[in-house]
Amino acid sequence: MSLLKVTNLTKSFGGVSAIRDLSFSIEAGTIHSIIGPNGAGKTTLFNLITGVYTPSSGAVRFNDREIGGVEPHKLAELGMNRTFQNLQIFHNMSAVENVMVGAHLHLQKGLLQSLLRLPSLARSERQTRDHCWELMDFVGLAQYRHAEANAMSYGALKRLEIARALAAKPKLLLLDEPAAGLNDTETREVDEVIKRIAAQGITVVLVEHDMKMVMGISDHILVLDYGAKLAEGTPAEIRSNPDVIAAYLGTVG
Amino acid sequence: MIESMIQYMLAGLTSGAIYALVGLGFSIIYNASHVINFAQGEFIVIGGISTVALLAAGVPLPLAIVLATLVTMLVGLALAKFAIQPARDADVVALIIITIGASIFLRGVVQLVFGKDIHSLPAFSGETPLNLMGATLMPQSLWVMGVSSALIVVIAWFFNATLAGKAMLATAYNALAARLMGVNTKWVLLSSFALSALLGAVGGIVVTPITFVSYESGIMLGLKGFSAAVLGGLGNGIGAVAGGLILGIVEALSAGYLSSAYKDAIAFIIILVVLVLRPNGLFGKKGIDRV
Amino acid sequence: MNAILQRHRGLIILAALIALLPLALRNDYHYDVAINAGLNAIVVVGLNLLIGYAGQISLGHAAFFGLGAYASAILTSTYGWPVLGAMAMGTVIVGILAYVIARPILRLKGHYLAMATLGIGVIISIVLNTEAQVTGGPDGMSAAPFTILGYTFASEQSWYWLVGGSLLLAVWLASNLIDSPIGRALRALHGAEVGARVVGIDTTSYKVLIFVVSAMFASFAGSLFAHHTPTVTPSILGFTKSVEFVVMAVFGGMASTMGSVLGAVIMTLLPNALAAFEDFEPIILGGIMMGTMIFMPKGLVPTIAKKLRRKEAP
Repeated sequence: MSLLKVTNLTKSFGGVSAIRDLSFSIEAGTIHSIIGPNGAGKTTLFNLITGVYTPSSGAVRFNDREIGGVEPHKLAELGMNRTFQNLQIFHNMSAVENVMVGAHLHLQKGLLQSLLRLPSLARSERQTRDHCWELMDFVGLAQYRHAEANAMSYGALKRLEIARALAAKPKLLLLDEPAAGLNDTETREVDEVIKRIAAQGITVVLVEHDMKMVMGISDHILVLDYGAKLAEGTPAEIRSNPDVIAAYLGTVG
Repeated sequence: MIESMIQYMLAGLTSGAIYALVGLGFSIIYNASHVINFAQGEFIVIGGISTVALLAAGVPLPLAIVLATLVTMLVGLALAKFAIQPARDADVVALIIITIGASIFLRGVVQLVFGKDIHSLPAFSGETPLNLMGATLMPQSLWVMGVSSALIVVIAWFFNATLAGKAMLATAYNALAARLMGVNTKWVLLSSFALSALLGAVGGIVVTPITFVSYESGIMLGLKGFSAAVLGGLGNGIGAVAGGLILGIVEALSAGYLSSAYKDAIAFIIILVVLVLRPNGLFGKKGIDRV
Repeated sequence: MNAILQRHRGLIILAALIALLPLALRNDYHYDVAINAGLNAIVVVGLNLLIGYAGQISLGHAAFFGLGAYASAILTSTYGWPVLGAMAMGTVIVGILAYVIARPILRLKGHYLAMATLGIGVIISIVLNTEAQVTGGPDGMSAAPFTILGYTFASEQSWYWLVGGSLLLAVWLASNLIDSPIGRALRALHGAEVGARVVGIDTTSYKVLIFVVSAMFASFAGSLFAHHTPTVTPSILGFTKSVEFVVMAVFGGMASTMGSVLGAVIMTLLPNALAAFEDFEPIILGGIMMGTMIFMPKGLVPTIAKKLRRKEAP
């Protein structure tokens, strides 16, 4: 059984199809990449899978359950989490609090115990903070343990979103251009982080432009063009696919 | 039976015409700047009350009307220039507070200058009621409906047929693109306030002989106009006019047939029902969060 | 111990100020102003949870304050309920009402939410004004004296301590809530709503929750007010009063509980301080509203705190 199965998915905005009749599936425990030229519909596809947009037609099944149109917070409960290309950071909070929001699903959140700050809640809060600090260390943000989110660089915020998503303990993690805007050293660091995440048994799907990174870490690649599937397969298969070379790799050079 | 029905409809159309003007004012400013101008009701008061004062000072009525309208437009320009423009990048809550602050400020000024008395104007063409299928109609109501319709037609022409109007519409649609195309968006903001002030002032002047005017009569009128604009879908001019007329008629009918004590509540009940069923108003478009 | 001191620094300072303030209060009028400032502060601390932390506007909160006041007045004087029972009942009724209202309207955003809350406030105010058999109409009605276990709070001094204690309780509860998973969820949905939803926060439910909590804060303060004031009249729950509460929250500082208290105190003192210039009061109030938003949109306390931090770390 596939962890995620997309069947005949279509999304149109005012008559223009951003995703057209797309089918593919993703097996558990692997790293998948979705690539394609700008405007190919990669972010739209992410928004459809994670419930931010509702599909116009077609089906998305996660863990053998239909999830098209299910609200994002319910999907998070089911074990799906993501990061954003254009960042959705809580700039009004500290870095570690951003990560703690990610742990929200697993915390005690009774109104009365929160108002009175009962000892059990205070204890759970301390444990959560420690755990979230560890997650920040894990993604390479150790020096930001006491930082405010609005004082961090773009590259650091990209990793903060990864830590936040991990705090929710997802089965499936979708990363929207995790290396965009990063320098070479940072890109290699993120590359390492993704491998370590996958090693923990979390299935990773990423949208990425950095071909070196994609070819290096992916088990499976899906190529989109104008919202439809152009090709899919292992990195080696994609590298030698003539359609892909013509439509995409060729133009990048 | 039919007579009373017509009577209520006429009353509803008269107040609906004013709500439509105020609602249209809200929409014009909203389009130009995404600001909800809670001081819109104050434009009505300033228009009406300065005409009263000018008339009392011996200025003939037509000249008094023109001067009072100009005064109100100057107030609108000052508001845009000194309160809205400096806070262009503020968030929605901040802008709401600024314009509510402006309305309290202007109300204070009116109270200081004209006192707390209720003022009136003589009806423009006498007080002899007309008979319309058994219902009576004050000639001033005709003035209200006629002047409002004329203004609405002129505004529609302005936005659809003149370059200035099109520039304002372009700004509403996409401010950045409009700026790149050479539209002066600062000018658009100022003109939208001047235009809304003009609508408010003229509405206030024609309705004063019927409803009278005092320093605080702008509060309810402003809120009703806002309801009209929201009812029609914020930023939709035709929607605001339709919203104003619907509001006026439903209000008059329910005051007549249900309870006059709850007349003022009707507008807000309608607006709540509409917002719950159609969160973007009757004629508004659905928004989408981009990430 | 140190951690507790650190955690509740604001609360301790506030307690000290409340304890010391009577040294400066010379007559019953001074006490009366202080009591009203405290009651307003309780409302604003609650309202700030909604506006400052969760980023949702309410232009109708005076209605919840007023409903609390009328619930206490009606239950104690018409039906002879004990004051605490009436207060609890009022708070629960307002909580339920707020929940019923909030569920549909908190899906709205920005101006539409402002309009909806404003409408609710105006409707409640008109109902209380009109149903004169129950509420006394425009003339209003009185609540029974505030008596607990045989002790009646009659003097202004006793009321001062009652309200001061209640304010400390309100601040403590609000600070705890802010620093809990619920508080983080509220700040998160304010900061980036889509981000919050995707990591698992049911943002609508949290908006509803905080709307209800803040309405209950207002109702509680309204109940106290009803027993302190000679007559409860509809003027306490109109649109103008709702705006005043919002101004207090915003002026003192959004997302700052101490800012809320300071904002409430200053805006309560202002009309009294300006009594000599009564005619200028609305002009000054309106001017403050515009000036605050233009020149320090984050409000008094956060703006000053930022200036101080900048001086410390050059």
